[in-house]
Amino acid sequence: MIYLDNAATTKPCEQAIKAVEDTARNCFGNVSSLHRLGIESEKLMNSAKKTLLKKLGLQGEIYFTSGATESNNLAIRGVADAYKRRGNKIVTTAMEHPSVARTMDCLEKQGFEIVRLSPKDAIDNFEQYIADNVTADTILVSCMAVNNENGFKVDTEKLYRLVKSVNNDTIVHIDGVQGFCKVPLKGDLISLSGHKIHGLKGIGAMYCADKIRFTPLVYGGGQQKNLRPGTEPTELIASFEAAVKAYPTDLTHYKELNEHLRGRLSAMEDVYINSPDNSVYNILSFSVLGVRSEIMLHSLEEKEIYVSSGSACSKGKISSVPDAFGMNAERADSTIRVSFSMETTTEDIDALCDEIENGIARFRRTKKSRRKGNIQ
Amino acid sequence: MKELIMAKYGEIALKGLNKGTFEDILVKNIRRRLRHCGKFQYMRKQSTIYIEPVGECDLDEVMEKLKVIFGIGALQRCAVFEKDFEQIKAQGIPYLENALKNAKTFKVDAKRSDKSFPMKTPEIQVELGGAILEAYPHLSVDVHNPEITVMCEIRDKGAYVSAERIIGAGGMPVGSSGKALLLLSGGIDSPVAGYMMAKRGLIVDGIHFVSPPYTSERALMKVETLCEKLTNYCGDIRFYCVPFTEIQEALRDNCPEEFFTIIMRRLMVKIANIIAERNEYGALVTGESVGQVASQTLKAIQCTDAAAEYPVFRPVIGMDKKEIIDIARKIDTFETSTLPYEDCCTVFTPKHPKTRPVFDEVIKAEQSFDFAPLIEKAVEGTTVKLFRIENKEEQE
Repeated sequence: MIYLDNAATTKPCEQAIKAVEDTARNCFGNVSSLHRLGIESEKLMNSAKKTLLKKLGLQGEIYFTSGATESNNLAIRGVADAYKRRGNKIVTTAMEHPSVARTMDCLEKQGFEIVRLSPKDAIDNFEQYIADNVTADTILVSCMAVNNENGFKVDTEKLYRLVKSVNNDTIVHIDGVQGFCKVPLKGDLISLSGHKIHGLKGIGAMYCADKIRFTPLVYGGGQQKNLRPGTEPTELIASFEAAVKAYPTDLTHYKELNEHLRGRLSAMEDVYINSPDNSVYNILSFSVLGVRSEIMLHSLEEKEIYVSSGSACSKGKISSVPDAFGMNAERADSTIRVSFSMETTTEDIDALCDEIENGIARFRRTKKSRRKGNIQ
Repeated sequence: MKELIMAKYGEIALKGLNKGTFEDILVKNIRRRLRHCGKFQYMRKQSTIYIEPVGECDLDEVMEKLKVIFGIGALQRCAVFEKDFEQIKAQGIPYLENALKNAKTFKVDAKRSDKSFPMKTPEIQVELGGAILEAYPHLSVDVHNPEITVMCEIRDKGAYVSAERIIGAGGMPVGSSGKALLLLSGGIDSPVAGYMMAKRGLIVDGIHFVSPPYTSERALMKVETLCEKLTNYCGDIRFYCVPFTEIQEALRDNCPEEFFTIIMRRLMVKIANIIAERNEYGALVTGESVGQVASQTLKAIQCTDAAAEYPVFRPVIGMDKKEIIDIARKIDTFETSTLPYEDCCTVFTPKHPKTRPVFDEVIKAEQSFDFAPLIEKAVEGTTVKLFRIENKEEQE
């Protein structure tokens, strides 16, 4: 099996699995309990928070959630509600994950003014373009650090600086799911997910800088400062921490893989790279013109090579991301997204490329006349 | 107090000398459907099946299951009393409380098939109606449009009192009209077509064509889910899954693009012919509706029909999409049918399919390649699964 769909989810690492088992066996107390078992669980949770903060290189608080979808909802709806008296405008992008985009739609119905910016309008300096749209009544900027479908990277440190220089009161939320452990992240609120970095599904976190307020989504027994109540899942929290600790810091391997894949693809006729120049190395999106994504995906699947046709979240639903990057319909329709892990080898990439070449020979027999390569 | 359910025949009641056979099948179907609900005694009398629980059972659940069995015209849940009018009044009236307490008008409908009962039908109606009015003074009698019709039947074995009559699924008992093979695509129409033919008493089994890697496993899972849902009405369903990739690729490589769909459908029918012959099916069923898509124009249907060696039933042929969707919602297949997975019909869809294909041209295009060996190979590679009522599937 060659798994090249690590942007959808990753294989849990041994450390994360072991952490679940150890915690479940030896440290199963309720964080809220007054006795020693509770205190041990609390220590475990505090250690995980410190690990996450250290990895982020930021000061503030960590709230554990069920995953990034919840973190994104909590950050955006929480801030919108807490600061609604300060202003009515929210600036976001047209390339966001549905857990951000649908939340914004919901706020729009409630009367907020939502500005959605497309990377295609300022691909070379998107951070500046976002900051230019910030006004005195902008309460929130929400932007993903790394796009999940093509790897497009936003410099969040630069974005933070530029936004604050326009309006120091504007809160910056970063969907850091694809960027965590891979690129530096900076924001007032940052959404994180465990299963994208070889942790388990069902655990995520939201980083919150000091003095940032938000209202909770659910009410309960006061856990996590009453902002995200519910008994803390210490087993999953421990696994999240283990995955963060285990994630390598030297990521040059991704660059090698990326360059190798680009090299192979450049030799194929009518195959185009979709990832913008400014993208992370571990995600590469490309289009094999004349072969619909799904067909290529299933034919690779027959050889136990697993890739994605875009974003795995929606199983066949049409994504808005290609449009945000100005991709034409035919190119969007033939998109393949490859995302690496540190275990991916150049041999894996070669096997993939061989199969893509076979697929091209098999599937690209009709519609030749309609094949066109240009976008933008 | 004893309760039982009377399942009254729909169309079977009109049958002549064959009636017994139909009844046997209906009772068999009912027994199978209720086998997990408890023990029952069945008795047939006067175009009615009396379903009497032996021991504890949830009659609400039983009613739900009976509601979808074809061949039952109406269902009546009733209390059974001795044939003694005083007892009927004393116990029957409290039994009716649930139905009557929130109603405004009612009437009593009596039947006396046991002529030895001392009161005559009008007498029963008047006396029982009076007693009900006394017990529930808020009610008034309306013999033309009553909200509730209280039924009181004096039959051989006892007196039955009921206020709850439900329209049954109607139609003929599944299995009373033979076996047909349903071409299931995964769309909205074909499950509805299967449901409608089952209603006419056919055993409906499904055939589906898969073209990996052009179609995904999820598309197959979707069709299997549809089969599971259909078992609720059709009973057990045998599901034939035909590997179709090679045929579609041969088609793409050898035939003119504008005929892809029409020839593909002809080839599907040819495969269905063989499977029908080997498994003794008497007809094919499709979800075609005139004019809906390019392959369902009159000319196109002529072309596919000519490939069939069996009668092809198209029960939704004259229905609007909306009417079909209404039924799909009723039988709970709509949500599944509209899941967005590629099925084999949409692989290699021509940009401009022929809406009025000339028959001879289609045949000529089809004959430009010898599909027979591929057809035989596809039939050989066909897998069969059995979907049983109550969501159980078995590999054969």
